[in-house]
Amino acid sequence: MPALSPLAPHLTPRDWASHPAYLSPGYKSTAKRGPTRPLVPLARSLGERRAPVYGHEDIGALDHDLTRNAAKNGEPLGERIWVTGRVLDEGGRPVANTLVEVWQANAAGRYVHKTDQHRAPLDPNFLGAGRCLTDAEGRYRFLTIKPGAYPWGNHPNAWRPNHIHFSLFGEYFASRLVTQMYFPGDPLLAHDPIYQSAPAGARERLISRLKLDSGGEPGFALGFEFDLVLRGAGATPMEA
Amino acid sequence: MALKQTPSQTVGPYFAYGLTPEQYGYDFRSLFGPVLAEPQAPGEHMRLTGRVFDGDGVPVNDAMIEILQADAQGRFVASRAEAAASGFRGFGRCGTGTHASLHYWFDTVKPGAAAAGDAPHIDVIVTMRGILSHAFTRVYFEDEAEANSRDPVLAALPAERRATLIARRAAQPGGVSYRFDIRMQGPKETVFFDL
Repeated sequence: MPALSPLAPHLTPRDWASHPAYLSPGYKSTAKRGPTRPLVPLARSLGERRAPVYGHEDIGALDHDLTRNAAKNGEPLGERIWVTGRVLDEGGRPVANTLVEVWQANAAGRYVHKTDQHRAPLDPNFLGAGRCLTDAEGRYRFLTIKPGAYPWGNHPNAWRPNHIHFSLFGEYFASRLVTQMYFPGDPLLAHDPIYQSAPAGARERLISRLKLDSGGEPGFALGFEFDLVLRGAGATPMEA
Repeated sequence: MALKQTPSQTVGPYFAYGLTPEQYGYDFRSLFGPVLAEPQAPGEHMRLTGRVFDGDGVPVNDAMIEILQADAQGRFVASRAEAAASGFRGFGRCGTGTHASLHYWFDTVKPGAAAAGDAPHIDVIVTMRGILSHAFTRVYFEDEAEANSRDPVLAALPAERRATLIARRAAQPGGVSYRFDIRMQGPKETVFFDL
């Protein structure tokens, strides 16, 4: 990676017309956890600090393949899927060499996490966590199992739609994004207060597209494509 | 702008095996953890620790805290190789769910001032179930009163809110620690930045 200057000009602001409000009545946990006071502006130069450093040496050979990175004695159960896409900034420029971390429930809708008490089976061959770095064109690629829906306590018989959690850094400390990818045609989206918390016209960007030609061997795995757009330099990026 | 930002969503309650696996005892390597500074890293070694409180004053057991800071000389780490050579990574990640009293902690060095006029500080990202977009805040140090009095970010805040960003120093037999609690709501709600 070229050495980048610590500061770059014109980092675009967080677009609050695209992001959910902190207090979102349908999602009950926000009531006691979301900040209530207006956010305090920070001088621009302070917002343009670079993201933390990491490199290819941090990523294991199977980290991107959730069907194999925790396999103990066989293959995980469920529908194999490729999840591919690009990480771009608002100017359409690829964000290269950026870390993409994902985690998800297994095919039965159960998370490995110790506090998940949903009465559905764990899969001994599936952890549900992965990561990779984007390539020069901003592309990332995961092979995984389609996650199941699961119930949560927000309201009576509340079920989360199928989703995969994403965590990204981008180029700047301030371009950090934590989000969720959903699947096209999921009837639970209409009932999900977390998905619905993002403004109409923006939330649709969280739904992946079916992509039958995601690569790999035909007849092996379905493909879903999900592009992500991060804050970036609004003008020419500065390289030292 | 040709494209629109992807909306943020909550990190949810189950991030630990993906983002902080070693801290929580999962069989997956952590890319980032609570140690920013190895023993050989230059500077005053310190622990930053605290809790996150919700609007009822209840400690949050499923928050994830990330910090980014300059080294003791006020420089930001520019590459992985540089971090490996100095023993200082400049970035850490810690969940609040493994300590008995729900503290987060980081073992680091006290940062130097990164720019003329700025007081030494640590930038913080707070995320958890129940917040839909991560929150940015910042740690300043109680024993830097003079530098704090000149810092433009602190100066722009009302005096009663400034105190929410000041970590309290405690010298203990095990070393120096700074206490920084984060209050999501209430009369002492921590200052969060639109960064």
